[in-house]
Amino acid sequence: MRAHFVLSEIGVGLRRNLTMTFAVIISVALSLALTGGALLVNKQVDAMKGYWYDKVEVTIYMCNKSDAASTPNCARGAVTDDQKASILKDLRAQPIVEKVYFENSEQAYKHYQEQFKSSSLASTITPDQMQENYRVKLKDPTKFAIVASLFEGHPGVQSVVDQRDTLKNLFGLLNGMTTVAWVVLAFMLTVAMLLIVNTVRVSAFSRRRETGIMRLVGASSFYIQMPFIMEAAFAGLVGAGLACVMLLGGRYFMIDAGLRLQEKIPLVSFLGWGPVVRELPLVLGIGLVMPAVAAFVALRRYLKV
Amino acid sequence: MIRFDSVTKTYPKQNRPALRDVTLEIEKGEFVFLVGSSGSGKSTFLRLILREERTDTGLVHVLGKDLARLSNWKVPHMRRQLGTVFQDFRLLPNKTVAENVAFALEVIGKPRGTIRKTVPEVLDLVGLAGKEDRMPGELSGGEQQRVAIARAFVNRPMLLIADEPTGNLDPQTSVGIMRLLDRINRTGTTVVMATHDQNIVDQMRKRVIELEKGRLVRDQSRGVYGYQH
Repeated sequence: MRAHFVLSEIGVGLRRNLTMTFAVIISVALSLALTGGALLVNKQVDAMKGYWYDKVEVTIYMCNKSDAASTPNCARGAVTDDQKASILKDLRAQPIVEKVYFENSEQAYKHYQEQFKSSSLASTITPDQMQENYRVKLKDPTKFAIVASLFEGHPGVQSVVDQRDTLKNLFGLLNGMTTVAWVVLAFMLTVAMLLIVNTVRVSAFSRRRETGIMRLVGASSFYIQMPFIMEAAFAGLVGAGLACVMLLGGRYFMIDAGLRLQEKIPLVSFLGWGPVVRELPLVLGIGLVMPAVAAFVALRRYLKV
Repeated sequence: MIRFDSVTKTYPKQNRPALRDVTLEIEKGEFVFLVGSSGSGKSTFLRLILREERTDTGLVHVLGKDLARLSNWKVPHMRRQLGTVFQDFRLLPNKTVAENVAFALEVIGKPRGTIRKTVPEVLDLVGLAGKEDRMPGELSGGEQQRVAIARAFVNRPMLLIADEPTGNLDPQTSVGIMRLLDRINRTGTTVVMATHDQNIVDQMRKRVIELEKGRLVRDQSRGVYGYQH
Protein backbone atom coordinates (compact mmCIF):
# COMPACT_ATOMS: atom_id res chain seq x y z
CA MET A 1 0.00 0.00 0.00
CA ARG A 2 1.28 3.42 -0.87
CA ALA A 3 1.55 5.64 2.19
CA HIS A 4 1.47 8.86 0.22
CA PHE A 5 -1.83 7.93 -1.42
CA VAL A 6 -3.47 6.89 1.84
CA LEU A 7 -2.24 10.00 3.68
CA SER A 8 -3.60 12.33 1.02
CA GLU A 9 -6.96 10.52 1.19
CA ILE A 10 -7.02 11.03 4.97
CA GLY A 11 -6.20 14.72 4.63
CA VAL A 12 -8.99 15.21 2.12
CA GLY A 13 -11.46 13.34 4.31
CA LEU A 14 -10.63 15.28 7.47
CA ARG A 15 -10.79 18.67 5.76
CA ARG A 16 -14.07 17.86 4.09
CA ASN A 17 -15.56 17.09 7.46
CA LEU A 18 -13.89 19.78 9.50
CA THR A 19 -16.72 20.60 11.93
CA MET A 20 -17.43 16.94 12.54
CA THR A 21 -13.73 16.26 13.06
CA PHE A 22 -13.60 18.99 15.70
CA ALA A 23 -16.65 17.57 17.43
CA VAL A 24 -14.98 14.15 17.54
CA ILE A 25 -11.71 15.60 18.83
CA ILE A 26 -13.41 17.56 21.60
CA SER A 27 -15.67 14.78 22.77
CA VAL A 28 -12.84 12.26 22.74
CA ALA A 29 -10.64 14.73 24.63
CA LEU A 30 -13.27 15.35 27.30
CA SER A 31 -14.19 11.74 27.81
CA LEU A 32 -10.56 10.65 28.00
CA ALA A 33 -9.67 13.47 30.38
CA LEU A 34 -12.53 12.29 32.58
CA THR A 35 -11.32 8.70 32.38
CA GLY A 36 -7.81 9.68 33.30
CA GLY A 37 -9.05 11.99 36.05
CA ALA A 38 -11.23 9.30 37.60
CA LEU A 39 -8.37 6.80 37.52
CA LEU A 40 -6.05 9.34 39.13
CA VAL A 41 -8.56 10.11 41.89
CA ASN A 42 -8.70 6.38 42.60
CA LYS A 43 -4.92 6.28 42.80
CA GLN A 44 -4.97 9.32 45.08
CA VAL A 45 -7.43 7.61 47.40
CA ASP A 46 -5.26 4.50 47.48
CA ALA A 47 -2.20 6.60 48.23
CA MET A 48 -3.98 8.26 51.14
CA LYS A 49 -5.16 5.01 52.65
CA GLY A 50 -1.68 4.03 53.73
CA TYR A 51 -0.41 0.60 54.65
CA TRP A 52 -2.97 -0.46 57.26
CA TYR A 53 -6.21 1.10 56.01
CA ASP A 54 -7.72 -1.90 54.25
CA LYS A 55 -6.37 -4.42 56.74
CA VAL A 56 -7.56 -3.28 60.16
CA GLU A 57 -10.22 -1.16 61.83
CA VAL A 58 -8.65 -0.14 65.13
CA THR A 59 -5.23 1.10 66.08
CA ILE A 60 -4.08 1.12 69.69
CA TYR A 61 -1.18 3.52 70.02
CA MET A 62 1.09 2.96 72.98
CA CYS A 63 3.04 5.54 74.90
CA ASN A 64 6.59 6.30 73.96
CA LYS A 65 9.18 8.43 75.71
CA SER A 66 8.19 11.73 74.20
CA ASP A 67 4.47 11.25 75.00
CA ALA A 68 5.15 11.29 78.73
CA ALA A 69 5.15 15.06 78.86
CA SER A 70 2.35 15.80 76.40
CA THR A 71 -0.26 13.11 77.10
CA PRO A 72 -1.83 12.55 80.53
CA ASN A 73 -2.39 8.84 79.79
CA CYS A 74 1.32 8.40 79.48
CA ALA A 75 2.37 10.31 82.55
CA ARG A 76 4.17 7.27 83.83
CA GLY A 77 6.45 7.11 80.79
CA ALA A 78 6.86 4.77 77.84
CA VAL A 79 4.97 1.50 77.68
CA THR A 80 6.67 -1.48 79.32
CA ASP A 81 6.97 -5.00 78.00
CA ASP A 82 4.59 -6.24 80.74
CA GLN A 83 1.97 -3.69 79.72
CA LYS A 84 2.31 -4.68 76.09
CA ALA A 85 1.88 -8.34 76.97
CA SER A 86 -1.17 -7.60 79.08
CA ILE A 87 -2.79 -5.52 76.31
CA LEU A 88 -2.17 -8.36 73.86
CA LYS A 89 -3.66 -10.89 76.28
CA ASP A 90 -6.78 -8.79 76.77
CA LEU A 91 -7.15 -8.26 73.01
CA ARG A 92 -6.88 -11.99 72.36
CA ALA A 93 -9.54 -12.62 74.99
CA GLN A 94 -12.08 -10.46 73.15
CA PRO A 95 -14.41 -12.54 70.94
CA ILE A 96 -14.97 -9.64 68.53
CA VAL A 97 -11.26 -9.36 67.75
CA GLU A 98 -10.32 -11.32 64.69
CA LYS A 99 -6.63 -10.57 64.34
CA VAL A 100 -3.96 -8.49 66.03
CA TYR A 101 -0.80 -7.14 64.41
CA PHE A 102 2.03 -5.58 66.37
CA GLU A 103 3.94 -2.76 64.73
CA ASN A 104 7.13 -1.57 66.36
CA SER A 105 8.44 1.94 65.87
CA GLU A 106 10.82 0.90 63.09
CA GLN A 107 8.01 -0.65 61.05
CA ALA A 108 5.72 2.28 61.76
CA TYR A 109 8.48 4.60 60.58
CA LYS A 110 8.93 2.59 57.39
CA HIS A 111 5.23 2.64 56.49
CA TYR A 112 5.05 6.33 57.28
CA GLN A 113 7.98 7.09 55.02
CA GLU A 114 6.40 5.12 52.19
CA GLN A 115 3.13 6.95 52.44
CA PHE A 116 4.60 10.45 52.74
CA LYS A 117 7.67 10.03 50.62
CA SER A 118 6.85 13.07 48.54
CA SER A 119 5.97 15.25 51.55
CA SER A 120 8.35 17.37 53.56
CA LEU A 121 6.86 15.92 56.74
CA ALA A 122 8.59 12.60 56.18
CA SER A 123 12.08 13.95 56.62
CA THR A 124 11.35 15.61 59.97
CA ILE A 125 10.17 12.38 61.64
CA THR A 126 12.59 9.99 63.32
CA PRO A 127 11.89 6.32 64.16
CA ASP A 128 11.87 6.88 67.94
CA GLN A 129 9.05 9.40 67.55
CA MET A 130 6.82 6.72 66.07
CA GLN A 131 4.62 4.92 68.55
CA GLU A 132 4.53 1.19 68.90
CA ASN A 133 1.02 0.03 68.23
CA TYR A 134 -1.39 -2.85 67.94
CA ARG A 135 -3.40 -2.95 64.72
CA VAL A 136 -6.64 -4.78 65.38
CA LYS A 137 -8.96 -6.37 62.88
CA LEU A 138 -12.51 -6.81 64.15
CA LYS A 139 -15.00 -9.48 63.17
CA ASP A 140 -17.61 -6.72 63.03
CA PRO A 141 -16.11 -3.35 62.06
CA THR A 142 -18.99 -1.41 63.66
CA LYS A 143 -18.02 -2.61 67.14
CA PHE A 144 -15.23 -0.07 67.40
CA ALA A 145 -16.75 1.61 70.49
CA ILE A 146 -16.40 -1.59 72.57
CA VAL A 147 -12.69 -1.85 71.89
CA ALA A 148 -12.20 1.84 72.50
CA SER A 149 -13.89 1.81 75.88
CA LEU A 150 -11.99 -1.31 76.97
CA PHE A 151 -8.50 -0.10 76.13
CA GLU A 152 -8.60 3.66 76.56
CA GLY A 153 -7.12 4.20 80.01
CA HIS A 154 -5.35 0.85 79.96
CA PRO A 155 -1.86 1.39 81.37
CA GLY A 156 0.61 2.16 78.60
CA VAL A 157 -2.05 3.04 76.02
CA GLN A 158 -1.80 6.51 74.57
CA SER A 159 -4.93 6.45 72.44
CA VAL A 160 -7.33 4.17 70.58
CA VAL A 161 -8.16 5.33 67.09
CA ASP A 162 -10.89 4.23 64.74
CA GLN A 163 -8.70 3.82 61.71
CA ARG A 164 -11.46 4.59 59.26
CA ASP A 165 -13.05 7.51 61.04
CA THR A 166 -10.60 10.21 60.08
CA LEU A 167 -10.68 9.66 56.35
CA LYS A 168 -14.14 8.19 55.94
CA ASN A 169 -15.87 11.43 54.94
CA LEU A 170 -13.12 12.51 52.57
CA PHE A 171 -13.02 9.13 50.89
CA GLY A 172 -16.80 9.12 50.68
CA LEU A 173 -16.62 12.46 48.88
CA LEU A 174 -13.84 11.35 46.56
CA ASN A 175 -15.55 8.08 45.76
CA GLY A 176 -18.80 9.94 45.10
CA MET A 177 -16.98 12.27 42.74
CA THR A 178 -15.39 9.32 40.99
CA THR A 179 -18.79 7.68 40.55
CA VAL A 180 -20.21 10.88 39.07
CA ALA A 181 -17.17 11.10 36.81
CA TRP A 182 -17.75 7.53 35.58
CA VAL A 183 -21.41 8.25 34.83
CA VAL A 184 -20.59 11.46 32.96
CA LEU A 185 -17.82 9.57 31.25
CA ALA A 186 -20.21 6.86 30.08
CA PHE A 187 -22.40 9.52 28.47
CA MET A 188 -19.43 11.33 26.96
CA LEU A 189 -18.11 8.09 25.57
CA THR A 190 -21.49 7.32 24.02
CA VAL A 191 -21.59 10.79 22.49
CA ALA A 192 -18.06 10.36 21.16
CA MET A 193 -18.91 6.97 19.65
CA LEU A 194 -22.09 8.27 18.02
CA LEU A 195 -20.21 11.25 16.64
CA ILE A 196 -17.55 9.00 15.18
CA VAL A 197 -20.16 6.72 13.64
CA ASN A 198 -21.92 9.71 12.15
CA THR A 199 -18.69 11.27 10.90
CA VAL A 200 -17.76 8.04 9.19
CA ARG A 201 -21.24 7.83 7.69
CA VAL A 202 -21.05 11.33 6.26
CA SER A 203 -17.49 10.73 5.13
CA ALA A 204 -18.43 7.48 3.40
CA PHE A 205 -21.37 9.18 1.74
CA SER A 206 -19.37 12.12 0.46
CA ARG A 207 -16.79 9.76 -0.97
CA ARG A 208 -19.16 7.15 -2.36
CA ARG A 209 -18.02 7.91 -5.91
CA GLU A 210 -14.37 7.20 -5.04
CA THR A 211 -15.19 4.09 -3.04
CA GLY A 212 -17.53 2.89 -5.79
CA ILE A 213 -14.72 3.14 -8.33
CA MET A 214 -12.29 1.50 -5.91
CA ARG A 215 -14.66 -1.42 -5.59
CA LEU A 216 -15.08 -1.56 -9.34
CA VAL A 217 -11.39 -1.82 -10.08
CA GLY A 218 -10.85 -4.41 -7.37
CA ALA A 219 -9.36 -2.50 -4.44
CA SER A 220 -9.38 -4.71 -1.36
CA SER A 221 -11.86 -3.84 1.36
CA PHE A 222 -8.93 -3.15 3.65
CA TYR A 223 -7.63 -0.56 1.22
CA ILE A 224 -11.05 1.05 0.86
CA GLN A 225 -11.73 1.16 4.59
CA MET A 226 -8.25 2.16 5.71
CA PRO A 227 -8.54 5.92 5.09
CA PHE A 228 -11.78 6.11 7.08
CA ILE A 229 -10.36 4.16 10.01
CA MET A 230 -7.14 6.19 9.98
CA GLU A 231 -9.17 9.40 9.91
CA ALA A 232 -11.07 8.37 13.01
CA ALA A 233 -7.90 7.17 14.71
CA PHE A 234 -6.14 10.41 13.86
CA ALA A 235 -8.96 12.56 15.26
CA GLY A 236 -9.01 10.31 18.32
CA LEU A 237 -5.28 10.66 18.79
CA VAL A 238 -5.48 14.45 18.63
CA GLY A 239 -8.32 14.29 21.17
CA ALA A 240 -6.23 12.02 23.39
CA GLY A 241 -3.33 14.46 23.12
CA LEU A 242 -5.64 17.23 24.35
CA ALA A 243 -6.80 14.97 27.16
CA CYS A 244 -3.17 14.44 28.21
CA VAL A 245 -2.61 18.19 28.28
CA MET A 246 -5.77 18.58 30.38
CA LEU A 247 -4.59 15.94 32.86
CA LEU A 248 -1.13 17.45 33.27
CA GLY A 249 -2.59 20.95 33.45
CA GLY A 250 -5.24 19.77 35.88
CA ARG A 251 -2.67 18.31 38.23
CA TYR A 252 -0.50 21.41 38.00
CA PHE A 253 -3.30 23.85 38.72
CA MET A 254 -4.94 21.83 41.47
CA ILE A 255 -1.88 20.78 43.41
CA ASP A 256 1.04 23.07 42.60
CA ALA A 257 -0.46 26.33 41.41
CA GLY A 258 -3.96 27.80 41.29
CA LEU A 259 -5.74 25.87 44.04
CA ARG A 260 -2.38 25.06 45.70
CA LEU A 261 -3.77 22.03 47.49
CA GLN A 262 -0.31 20.77 48.45
CA GLU A 263 0.37 24.02 50.28
CA LYS A 264 -3.03 24.14 51.95
CA ILE A 265 -3.17 20.49 53.00
CA PRO A 266 0.41 19.46 53.72
CA LEU A 267 -0.77 16.39 55.66
CA VAL A 268 -2.01 14.70 52.50
CA SER A 269 0.51 13.07 50.23
CA PHE A 270 -0.67 14.13 46.79
CA LEU A 271 0.17 12.20 43.64
CA GLY A 272 3.42 13.23 42.04
CA TRP A 273 3.96 13.65 38.30
CA GLY A 274 4.94 10.00 37.96
CA PRO A 275 1.45 8.47 38.26
CA VAL A 276 0.01 11.17 35.97
CA VAL A 277 2.63 10.59 33.29
CA ARG A 278 2.22 6.82 33.59
CA GLU A 279 -1.47 7.32 32.83
CA LEU A 280 -0.82 9.08 29.52
CA PRO A 281 0.08 6.05 27.35
CA LEU A 282 -3.19 4.45 28.40
CA VAL A 283 -5.11 7.61 27.48
CA LEU A 284 -3.34 7.82 24.10
CA GLY A 285 -3.92 4.13 23.48
CA ILE A 286 -7.63 4.36 24.16
CA GLY A 287 -7.82 7.53 22.07
CA LEU A 288 -6.27 5.70 19.13
CA VAL A 289 -8.03 2.36 19.32
CA MET A 290 -11.55 3.30 20.40
CA PRO A 291 -12.35 5.61 17.45
CA ALA A 292 -10.75 3.15 15.04
CA VAL A 293 -12.99 0.36 16.31
CA ALA A 294 -16.05 2.63 16.20
CA ALA A 295 -15.17 3.58 12.62
CA PHE A 296 -14.69 -0.04 11.65
CA VAL A 297 -18.10 -0.95 13.05
CA ALA A 298 -19.69 2.02 11.30
CA LEU A 299 -18.09 1.07 7.98
CA ARG A 300 -19.59 -2.39 8.09
CA ARG A 301 -22.93 -0.69 7.97
CA TYR A 302 -22.42 2.38 5.82
CA LEU A 303 -19.76 1.40 3.33
CA LYS A 304 -20.32 -1.37 0.86
CA VAL A 305 -17.10 -3.10 -0.06
CA MET B 1 -15.15 -17.34 -19.63
CA ILE B 2 -18.70 -16.86 -18.31
CA ARG B 3 -21.16 -19.64 -17.60
CA PHE B 4 -24.68 -19.34 -16.19
CA ASP B 5 -26.37 -22.58 -15.07
CA SER B 6 -30.13 -22.25 -14.42
CA VAL B 7 -29.63 -18.93 -12.68
CA THR B 8 -32.57 -17.41 -10.83
CA LYS B 9 -32.38 -14.20 -8.88
CA THR B 10 -35.20 -12.46 -6.99
CA TYR B 11 -34.66 -9.19 -5.17
CA PRO B 12 -36.15 -8.85 -1.69
CA LYS B 13 -39.74 -7.53 -1.60
CA GLN B 14 -40.34 -8.31 -5.25
CA ASN B 15 -42.57 -11.04 -6.55
CA ARG B 16 -41.20 -11.48 -10.04
CA PRO B 17 -37.65 -12.79 -10.35
CA ALA B 18 -35.22 -10.40 -12.03
CA LEU B 19 -33.66 -13.42 -13.73
CA ARG B 20 -35.43 -16.72 -14.21
CA ASP B 21 -33.64 -19.96 -15.04
CA VAL B 22 -31.01 -18.43 -17.32
CA THR B 23 -28.46 -20.82 -18.80
CA LEU B 24 -25.78 -19.71 -21.25
CA GLU B 25 -22.10 -19.72 -21.91
CA ILE B 26 -19.81 -17.01 -23.25
CA GLU B 27 -16.44 -18.13 -24.63
CA LYS B 28 -13.12 -16.43 -24.38
CA GLY B 29 -12.66 -13.67 -26.95
CA GLU B 30 -16.34 -13.29 -27.80
CA PHE B 31 -18.15 -9.99 -28.29
CA VAL B 32 -21.67 -10.26 -26.89
CA PHE B 33 -24.55 -7.79 -26.94
CA LEU B 34 -27.07 -8.05 -24.16
CA VAL B 35 -30.39 -6.55 -25.21
CA GLY B 36 -33.85 -6.25 -23.76
CA SER B 37 -36.19 -3.55 -22.53
CA SER B 38 -35.75 -1.83 -19.20
CA GLY B 39 -36.41 -4.24 -16.36
CA SER B 40 -35.67 -7.26 -18.50
CA GLY B 41 -32.79 -8.30 -16.24
CA LYS B 42 -29.76 -6.97 -18.15
CA SER B 43 -28.35 -5.09 -15.17
CA THR B 44 -28.94 -8.04 -12.85
CA PHE B 45 -27.10 -10.24 -15.33
CA LEU B 46 -24.09 -7.92 -15.26
CA ARG B 47 -24.23 -7.47 -11.48
CA LEU B 48 -24.12 -11.23 -11.05
CA ILE B 49 -20.98 -11.41 -13.21
CA LEU B 50 -19.37 -8.66 -11.09
CA ARG B 51 -20.59 -10.45 -7.98
CA GLU B 52 -22.36 -7.35 -6.77
CA GLU B 53 -25.25 -9.76 -6.29
CA ARG B 54 -25.46 -13.47 -5.62
CA THR B 55 -27.83 -15.95 -7.22
CA ASP B 56 -30.76 -17.51 -5.40
CA THR B 57 -30.35 -20.78 -7.27
CA GLY B 58 -28.08 -21.83 -10.07
CA LEU B 59 -24.39 -21.28 -10.62
CA VAL B 60 -22.40 -18.43 -12.11
CA HIS B 61 -18.86 -19.16 -13.26
CA VAL B 62 -16.64 -16.25 -14.27
CA LEU B 63 -13.03 -16.79 -15.39
CA GLY B 64 -13.33 -20.38 -14.29
CA LYS B 65 -14.41 -19.53 -10.76
CA ASP B 66 -17.68 -20.47 -9.10
CA LEU B 67 -18.78 -17.11 -7.71
CA ALA B 68 -21.01 -18.68 -5.09
CA ARG B 69 -17.98 -20.34 -3.56
CA LEU B 70 -15.69 -17.33 -3.90
CA SER B 71 -15.10 -15.90 -0.44
CA ASN B 72 -15.71 -12.20 0.09
CA TRP B 73 -12.09 -11.27 0.53
CA LYS B 74 -11.20 -12.83 -2.82
CA VAL B 75 -13.79 -10.84 -4.72
CA PRO B 76 -11.51 -7.78 -5.22
CA HIS B 77 -8.89 -10.02 -6.83
CA MET B 78 -11.51 -11.44 -9.14
CA ARG B 79 -12.64 -7.91 -10.10
CA ARG B 80 -9.07 -6.94 -11.01
CA GLN B 81 -9.35 -9.32 -13.95
CA LEU B 82 -12.51 -7.56 -15.10
CA GLY B 83 -12.95 -4.12 -16.61
CA THR B 84 -16.20 -2.22 -16.23
CA VAL B 85 -17.65 0.71 -18.15
CA PHE B 86 -20.93 2.47 -17.40
CA GLN B 87 -23.34 4.80 -19.08
CA ASP B 88 -22.50 7.59 -16.61
CA PHE B 89 -18.69 7.23 -17.01
CA ARG B 90 -18.06 7.33 -13.22
CA LEU B 91 -14.96 9.47 -13.39
CA LEU B 92 -13.57 11.46 -10.46
CA PRO B 93 -14.29 15.11 -11.31
CA ASN B 94 -11.40 16.52 -9.25
CA LYS B 95 -8.72 14.37 -10.87
CA THR B 96 -7.15 14.78 -14.29
CA VAL B 97 -7.57 12.24 -17.08
CA ALA B 98 -4.24 10.61 -16.27
CA GLU B 99 -4.98 10.61 -12.53
CA ASN B 100 -8.33 8.99 -13.11
CA VAL B 101 -6.69 6.13 -14.96
CA ALA B 102 -3.82 5.94 -12.50
CA PHE B 103 -6.31 5.79 -9.60
CA ALA B 104 -7.39 2.33 -10.74
CA LEU B 105 -3.80 1.14 -10.47
CA GLU B 106 -3.00 2.99 -7.24
CA VAL B 107 -5.85 1.44 -5.28
CA ILE B 108 -4.74 -2.05 -6.18
CA GLY B 109 -1.23 -1.21 -5.05
CA LYS B 110 0.66 -1.16 -8.35
CA PRO B 111 4.17 0.31 -8.14
CA ARG B 112 4.60 3.90 -9.24
CA GLY B 113 6.94 2.98 -12.07
CA THR B 114 4.37 0.66 -13.63
CA ILE B 115 1.71 3.34 -13.36
CA ARG B 116 3.91 5.96 -15.01
CA LYS B 117 4.57 3.59 -17.90
CA THR B 118 1.13 2.07 -18.52
CA VAL B 119 -1.13 5.11 -18.14
CA PRO B 120 0.20 6.99 -21.21
CA GLU B 121 0.16 3.75 -23.19
CA VAL B 122 -3.49 3.07 -22.54
CA LEU B 123 -4.49 6.71 -23.07
CA ASP B 124 -2.76 6.52 -26.41
CA LEU B 125 -4.69 3.33 -27.20
CA VAL B 126 -8.08 4.98 -26.56
CA GLY B 127 -7.09 8.03 -28.59
CA LEU B 128 -6.60 10.52 -25.77
CA ALA B 129 -2.87 11.14 -26.18
CA GLY B 130 -2.12 14.76 -25.28
CA LYS B 131 -5.13 15.14 -23.02
CA GLU B 132 -3.56 13.59 -19.92
CA ASP B 133 -3.79 16.76 -17.84
CA ARG B 134 -7.33 17.80 -18.74
CA MET B 135 -10.11 17.55 -16.18
CA PRO B 136 -13.09 15.33 -17.04
CA GLY B 137 -15.38 18.37 -17.01
CA GLU B 138 -13.41 19.86 -19.93
CA LEU B 139 -13.97 16.80 -22.13
CA SER B 140 -16.85 15.83 -24.38
CA GLY B 141 -19.03 12.87 -23.42
CA GLY B 142 -17.29 10.63 -25.91
CA GLU B 143 -13.88 11.58 -24.56
CA GLN B 144 -15.02 10.99 -20.99
CA GLN B 145 -16.20 7.52 -21.95
CA ARG B 146 -12.80 6.91 -23.51
CA VAL B 147 -11.20 7.79 -20.19
CA ALA B 148 -13.51 5.31 -18.50
CA ILE B 149 -12.59 2.63 -21.04
CA ALA B 150 -8.90 3.40 -20.55
CA ARG B 151 -9.39 2.95 -16.80
CA ALA B 152 -11.24 -0.32 -17.34
CA PHE B 153 -8.58 -1.60 -19.73
CA VAL B 154 -5.40 -0.34 -18.09
CA ASN B 155 -5.08 -3.54 -16.08
CA ARG B 156 -5.41 -5.62 -19.29
CA PRO B 157 -8.52 -7.52 -18.08
CA MET B 158 -9.66 -10.80 -19.61
CA LEU B 159 -13.23 -9.56 -19.63
CA LEU B 160 -14.77 -6.15 -20.22
CA ILE B 161 -18.30 -5.47 -18.96
CA ALA B 162 -20.00 -2.46 -20.51
CA ASP B 163 -23.40 -1.32 -19.26
CA GLU B 164 -24.89 0.90 -21.98
CA PRO B 165 -21.60 2.65 -22.70
CA THR B 166 -23.15 4.67 -25.53
CA GLY B 167 -26.38 5.50 -23.69
CA ASN B 168 -25.41 9.15 -23.16
CA LEU B 169 -23.69 9.70 -26.46
CA ASP B 170 -24.82 10.85 -29.90
CA PRO B 171 -24.72 8.29 -32.76
CA GLN B 172 -21.51 9.64 -34.29
CA THR B 173 -19.62 9.49 -31.00
CA SER B 174 -21.11 6.09 -30.28
CA VAL B 175 -19.58 4.69 -33.44
CA GLY B 176 -16.18 5.82 -32.25
CA ILE B 177 -16.68 4.15 -28.89
CA MET B 178 -17.82 0.93 -30.57
CA ARG B 179 -14.71 0.92 -32.78
CA LEU B 180 -12.63 1.22 -29.66
CA LEU B 181 -14.46 -1.66 -27.93
CA ASP B 182 -14.07 -3.73 -31.07
CA ARG B 183 -10.32 -3.05 -31.06
CA ILE B 184 -10.12 -4.08 -27.44
CA ASN B 185 -12.04 -7.24 -28.29
CA ARG B 186 -9.51 -8.02 -31.04
CA THR B 187 -6.71 -8.02 -28.46
CA GLY B 188 -8.41 -11.11 -27.03
CA THR B 189 -10.50 -9.47 -24.34
CA THR B 190 -14.04 -10.81 -24.03
CA VAL B 191 -16.60 -7.99 -24.20
CA VAL B 192 -20.11 -8.18 -22.79
CA MET B 193 -22.14 -5.07 -23.55
CA ALA B 194 -25.68 -4.27 -22.50
CA THR B 195 -27.29 -1.80 -24.87
CA HIS B 196 -30.48 -0.23 -26.19
CA ASP B 197 -28.80 1.02 -29.32
CA GLN B 198 -30.42 -0.73 -32.26
CA ASN B 199 -28.14 0.72 -34.93
CA ILE B 200 -25.00 -0.41 -33.21
CA VAL B 201 -26.22 -3.96 -32.69
CA ASP B 202 -27.45 -4.23 -36.27
CA GLN B 203 -24.21 -2.87 -37.71
CA MET B 204 -21.77 -4.92 -35.66
CA ARG B 205 -23.39 -8.29 -36.28
CA LYS B 206 -22.10 -9.92 -33.15
CA ARG B 207 -23.69 -12.48 -30.87
CA VAL B 208 -26.93 -11.13 -29.36
CA ILE B 209 -28.48 -12.32 -26.13
CA GLU B 210 -31.97 -11.03 -25.45
CA LEU B 211 -33.66 -11.05 -22.09
CA GLU B 212 -37.35 -10.45 -21.51
CA LYS B 213 -38.86 -10.27 -18.03
CA GLY B 214 -35.89 -12.18 -16.69
CA ARG B 215 -35.99 -15.00 -19.22
CA LEU B 216 -33.48 -15.71 -21.94
CA VAL B 217 -35.59 -15.43 -25.10
CA ARG B 218 -32.95 -15.25 -27.81
CA ASP B 219 -29.30 -16.22 -28.21
CA GLN B 220 -28.20 -15.60 -31.76
CA SER B 221 -24.76 -15.45 -33.26
CA ARG B 222 -24.25 -12.57 -35.72
CA GLY B 223 -27.67 -11.27 -34.64
CA VAL B 224 -29.58 -8.01 -34.91
CA TYR B 225 -31.27 -5.93 -32.22
CA GLY B 226 -34.72 -7.43 -32.72
CA TYR B 227 -37.86 -7.22 -34.79
CA GLN B 228 -40.40 -5.66 -32.54
CA HIS B 229 -38.48 -2.45 -31.78
